[in-house]
Amino acid sequence: MVERKHWFSTLLPHAILILGVLIVAFPVYVAFVGSSWDAGTIANGTMPMTPGPYLVENYSRVILSGNATAREPVGPMLFNSFVMAMIIALGKIAISIISAYAVVYFRFPLRKTAFWLIFITLMLPVEVRIYPTYKIVADLGLLDTYGGLAIPLIASATATLLFRQFFMTIPDELVEASKIDGAGPWKFFKDTVLPLSITTVAALFVIQFIYGWNQYLWPLLITTREDMQTIVIGIKKMLVTQDALTEWQLAMATAVLAMLPPVVVVLVMQKLFVRGLVETEK
Amino acid sequence: MAEVTLNDVRKVYAGGVEAVKGVSLDIPDGGFCVLVGPSGCGKSTLLRMVAGLETISSGQVAIGGRVVNEIEPAERDIAMVFQNYALYPHMSVYDNIAYGLRNRGTPKDEIDRRVQEAARILAIEPFLQRKPRALSGGQRQRVAMGRAIVRKPQVFLFDEPLSNLDAKLRVQMRVEIKKLQRALGVTSIYVTHDQVEAMTLSDKLVVMSGGQVEQVGTPTEVYRRPETRFVATFIGSPPMNILPGLVDGDGRVSVGGLTLAADDLPAGLEPGRHVDVGVRPEEVEVAPAGAPGAPFAIDFVEELGATELLHGTLGGSPFVLQVNTGAVSPGTKAVTLAIPSRCVHVFDAETGKRLGRAESATARAA
Ligand SMILES: Nc1ncnc2c1ncn2[C@@H]1O[C@H](COP(=O)(O)OP(=O)(O)OP(=O)(O)O)[C@@H](O)[C@H]1O
Ligand SMILES: [Mg+2]
Repeated sequence: MVERKHWFSTLLPHAILILGVLIVAFPVYVAFVGSSWDAGTIANGTMPMTPGPYLVENYSRVILSGNATAREPVGPMLFNSFVMAMIIALGKIAISIISAYAVVYFRFPLRKTAFWLIFITLMLPVEVRIYPTYKIVADLGLLDTYGGLAIPLIASATATLLFRQFFMTIPDELVEASKIDGAGPWKFFKDTVLPLSITTVAALFVIQFIYGWNQYLWPLLITTREDMQTIVIGIKKMLVTQDALTEWQLAMATAVLAMLPPVVVVLVMQKLFVRGLVETEK
Repeated sequence: MAEVTLNDVRKVYAGGVEAVKGVSLDIPDGGFCVLVGPSGCGKSTLLRMVAGLETISSGQVAIGGRVVNEIEPAERDIAMVFQNYALYPHMSVYDNIAYGLRNRGTPKDEIDRRVQEAARILAIEPFLQRKPRALSGGQRQRVAMGRAIVRKPQVFLFDEPLSNLDAKLRVQMRVEIKKLQRALGVTSIYVTHDQVEAMTLSDKLVVMSGGQVEQVGTPTEVYRRPETRFVATFIGSPPMNILPGLVDGDGRVSVGGLTLAADDLPAGLEPGRHVDVGVRPEEVEVAPAGAPGAPFAIDFVEELGATELLHGTLGGSPFVLQVNTGAVSPGTKAVTLAIPSRCVHVFDAETGKRLGRAESATARAA
């Protein structure tokens, strides 16, 4: 289709998009700039708009020795966050793809009930069920463990519903052709459903990884030991200090570092994502 | 040996829809059976019960003498070609064809040999490494065929395999399917609602309606001697004319004042009984001027190239006549028709069943 576009019709959407990008990117830029000055410059009230000379010093302090209040260096906290986010993302995908598969492809008693039970949990996010969940995790002795951090967040109605929605778009004939080709439920899952779901999996992985990475309330509750702390909590602790000046430059540097893993995940997954979109077709 | 036998097969769907109401059929080994009928008549349901994709509510399906009611599709030794091909979109053509063999643990070199052979037969060798989405509709159709033949099954099942193709390709693939089936000698059941496909492909034609078999026979038998009014109008294009009439004595019926002789009408029917009289548009001829016959008033003409359809009235009812182009000069308003008595079919007005003599009598006459 050849369509000559008026310059205005290309310009306007771009102008809006650029404006949007600027609005979103500006705080990130400020955080980056803030991480390149010393505490004094930031504390006197006006934040400079250009990077300063303390970049290397701030980052090496954050990475190597931590700061005055949260004495942990950033490395272990990043690692904890990463492990937690990975367990949550992979766990959510594994559990929800299996339960969606069961709900869509198997006829078993109380199938509808099972589906609605999953659906109802949408109304019960962690915050609502936090006390019983805490009790269970504590009784199981999972406080201050990766298991305790991640497992209660793994069950996911959203992901199950998404997979279910996707599975329902796979034509019935493919199931039937597989049956005739001698593929049982496991082979059909492994050879057809999984490869076809790869884009959905990639999309969910990105969303759930970031969800896990950004967890605040639950890790705050469940971790007491310094070495089990996640980066989000680390940042928070840097900001609230009783006796000392908040070291903004270090908090900013930590925040910038905390942003990197999700960014990497998005970039890596985006490729798979796009490749999946281009290569497969229902 | 793989004859397929259906014995009073029924299907009642959850919800109470009785889609197939007791069908019995015998398809001999190597036979090509076509199920034809209007949409919703239960053709697909019947085929899917043979495939094992649908449970059988009652009755028996046997393949090669073995009752398969409780046997999984994969163990029935059948292959199916679906209307939308149902190719695995993420697998190459090669893998699509090889998949069924791999699942059965066929050795790798054997798989390769058979896939290459199937690809050669179907002329899809150049596409083996492509994904289905990079193929045209006709090529996908061939891949679907390849997936069926590579397994060397006892029975092929086709559910409207050509209906997604354009008219030209459909004709071409129809011929190829017929050739392929002949060459491989595999018993086949083929569902279609296209009567040309049905007539040309089958050596056993099954006309279905409302979940029941209306008639089984060779295409010629079904065409020449339709057992019901439904079959009479369903098979044949343009469809058979049906005119309301009365029995007028032995071997005769009257239609709106005209008297027609009907060879196949049994003797001894009470005169005045209501019947439907069927006459095929292509079996009637225009009588030479002055000859006796039935007067036909022409309303309008549809030209089809070699032939034309004359729409008009005969004995007070709408009637269509198919003649060679030029047989009736343009502008003619009325002609006289010669209606051969062997071409007059009579059906009971109420039940729609044929009023005919014992089958052998017409067989001799035909
Ligand atoms: N899963 C189902 N549940 C209930 N009724 C069904 C189901 N599948 C089909 N039917 C009904 O059974 C009847 C026969 O359906 P079937 O698919 O066999 O028709 P068909 O002859 O193949 O028609 P078409 O030419 O349109 O494909 C229809 O009335 C249909 O509505
Ligand atoms: Mg059908």
